[in-house]
Amino acid sequence: MSILKFQRILRRGAVLLCITPFFQAAITSAAELRIGLSGEVTSLDPHYLAAQPNLTVARHVFESLTDVDPQTRLIPGLAESWRVLDAKTWEFTLRRGVIFHDGTPLTAEDVAFSLQRPLSIKGSPGGFASYVRAIATTTVVDKRTLRIKTKYPYGALPEELNSILIVSKRAALKAGPEDFDSGRAMIGTGPYKFVNYRRGDRLVLERHDGWWGPRPAWERVTLRVVTSDPSRTAALLAGDLDAIEHVPSADIKNLKQNKKLRVMQTTSWRTILLHLDQYRAQPPGITDHTGKPLPHNPFLDLRVRKALSKAIHREAIAARVMEGLAVPAANIVSPGVFGHNTELKPEAYDPEGAKRLLAEAGYPKGFRVTLAGPNNRYINDEQVLQTVAQLLTRVGIVTRVEAAPMSAFIGRARNGDTAFSLLGWGSFAADLALRSLVATPTAEKGWGTWNWGHYSNLKVDALMEQAFASVDRPKREALAREANTLAMNDLAIIPLHHQVVSWAMRANLDYTPRTDEFTFAHHFTPH
Amino acid sequence: MLTFVLRRLGQSALALFVMSVLVFAGVYAIGNPVDILISPQADQAEIAQTIARLGLDRPLWEQYWLFLKSALTGDLGVSYAASVPAITLILERMPATLELALTATVIAIVLGIPLGLLAGLKPESWAGRSIMAGSILGFSLPTFWVGLMLIMVFSVQLGWLPATGRGTTVEVYGIPLSFLTADGIRHLILPATNLALFQLSLLIRLTRAGTREALQQDYVRYARAKGVTEHNVVRVHVLRNILIPVVTVAGLELGSLIAFAIVTETIFAWPGMGKLLIDSINVLDRPVIVAYLLVIVCLFIVINLLVDLLYTALDPRVRLQGTR
Repeated sequence: MSILKFQRILRRGAVLLCITPFFQAAITSAAELRIGLSGEVTSLDPHYLAAQPNLTVARHVFESLTDVDPQTRLIPGLAESWRVLDAKTWEFTLRRGVIFHDGTPLTAEDVAFSLQRPLSIKGSPGGFASYVRAIATTTVVDKRTLRIKTKYPYGALPEELNSILIVSKRAALKAGPEDFDSGRAMIGTGPYKFVNYRRGDRLVLERHDGWWGPRPAWERVTLRVVTSDPSRTAALLAGDLDAIEHVPSADIKNLKQNKKLRVMQTTSWRTILLHLDQYRAQPPGITDHTGKPLPHNPFLDLRVRKALSKAIHREAIAARVMEGLAVPAANIVSPGVFGHNTELKPEAYDPEGAKRLLAEAGYPKGFRVTLAGPNNRYINDEQVLQTVAQLLTRVGIVTRVEAAPMSAFIGRARNGDTAFSLLGWGSFAADLALRSLVATPTAEKGWGTWNWGHYSNLKVDALMEQAFASVDRPKREALAREANTLAMNDLAIIPLHHQVVSWAMRANLDYTPRTDEFTFAHHFTPH
Repeated sequence: MLTFVLRRLGQSALALFVMSVLVFAGVYAIGNPVDILISPQADQAEIAQTIARLGLDRPLWEQYWLFLKSALTGDLGVSYAASVPAITLILERMPATLELALTATVIAIVLGIPLGLLAGLKPESWAGRSIMAGSILGFSLPTFWVGLMLIMVFSVQLGWLPATGRGTTVEVYGIPLSFLTADGIRHLILPATNLALFQLSLLIRLTRAGTREALQQDYVRYARAKGVTEHNVVRVHVLRNILIPVVTVAGLELGSLIAFAIVTETIFAWPGMGKLLIDSINVLDRPVIVAYLLVIVCLFIVINLLVDLLYTALDPRVRLQGTR
């Protein structure tokens, strides 16, 4: 029986039973938008946990001093402008006529309070203190002017301030996360006002008509958490939702063909990369073909790293394994991001060249490695691990895959229990990404926190040092690009691809896809 | 009777203790929540401070001892991810799960017993055979697949029912309930049906087997010989005698429905406790995981106790004994 016939029979059955009116879908007003989010929101407190799902909802209600456009380029936010007084002093001028949801005007006092508040939140496993650690003092000059002194010359201050959302001092002075969840302290300046929140389910918002920005098309917005991928797609198809984020790769093709729907995509800022152990003589999991440890760590040899990179067929991974949801990578940051170098080209697939390089490096027969990574974090992550392993095995580097849920994998990777691991990283500046992933790990400077391979290159470090010390943006970008180029040519890490991020929505809606993967109701427009 | 209850409670306390040790050690072995939740920009010093502030740098036994001390005063800890007491998070989600599980149980009982009875009384009929065939499907099809099919057919293709989420709720004595509103019921039908399917099949088979067996018994033959109407034979002699296994299974299965509603809750984005557990496991939110499992063990204990007590009501021959 065909599906259509089946449907007809079911329909007829419904009419006979006269139950149709009861089952009729609820009619929603035209000015309402219902969005399906993919990640669990744990707290509405914008300073409690630096996780993307939390920030997605918080950014509807709150705003930051600096903002980024859909291509991750820095633009004014609540600060209409900022200037550098000297290498360590910045002056931010607030936008005129910004009012909080309770009707009070935004002042520099609120901003100073908000920059301080992350430091006072104690029980958080991942707060926002890191984004304000460069700040030495904050001085309120007048109602609209704020002066920030940094502990050292720090050009990335405007980027860091993008992560700190501005709350109302009056409402949040004594408020803890529970006061935000209840709505009492949810007083921001953003385009939407808090209406009600059911934890684990939905947040309902209402348009803030006093917002300074362009008037959003939707009077009422419901942000619903639907973590299961197929269910999110089904809820869109069923008309329960008007738009969804993070469309699963398996559904993209069908949704694109559906005339009632529209799919919007762009290259995400998330780079998927491989970390290689470059500090231990005999890293775990690396042996010869008989299982005996090798005399040296092969990853210390650039020719071996190059061979690995050549052996990986990035085009095939992007087209097949990722079903088009990836762009082959040669950079630490995505195209268009601050410090990206367009002259770097993804390494071409060249298994013969890889074998030659391995032979030159003294491994004509290859060796054995274990590749570790998560299986529930990135798009098709486990399949990517498997494919990379197959490709490496073809050139003689027999690779065993160890995929685990992120929660189990990440602790091992941090401990140094893995020598070859997959990680995804999103950043809106190359120097920031390099600082975490590639800089020589130094606890005093706070560098290299995510440099699992302990790659160390003093030239790259020096360039980054200069980049961060540059408060002049073009100069900083040139230095960041140079550091990026140097690190990539030296294969500090092996970049695989940049993910593609997708939204699906009713055909009469439009959304400018964002590189930073954020979903904002106020950026949806009727089409 | 009293000895029986007291003895049960003693055993339960032991079960709770053993469970908490196992879960605590298990989550500790997987990893550290700070590794997952820490801001990517945090430096080494901040990571170390955060771990120390949450007490995660202490030895396992010390962490457990601290947990046990506060647990005995009723404090099961605060969720790392949500900064809300774990028990609050669970109690907040409990009505949604209980509502779903109870609705599923009602569906299973209301449909399962009559259908099973019919299949037992007329095993060779067309209806009896179809019921049994249907119950095999209910047993063997995986919940997540059936759930997605229900959504595809009733929400996507036919558009009769919403695909996901919980509907409008009304507060009754401070407890949000959704089965009292039309919108709530519409949201409840698909997930509850999906959850009920397994139990429904179980009850059908159990009732059918019990009925077939009871019909062979001397007392049924004797009743028939005495000229008791068929209706009364079924009601008084068959039904009453098969209720003991049915009550046991329905009771125990209620516990499983509550504990394992996880798949259904995830597929239907139902904001219940099971979904909370999955989300908490993903970020190793230990206070919530431990508290959730303790709550579930308590629920099982209470349900088992109630089932045992119900036996005595159904069958006067059963005596609860303190020693055995």
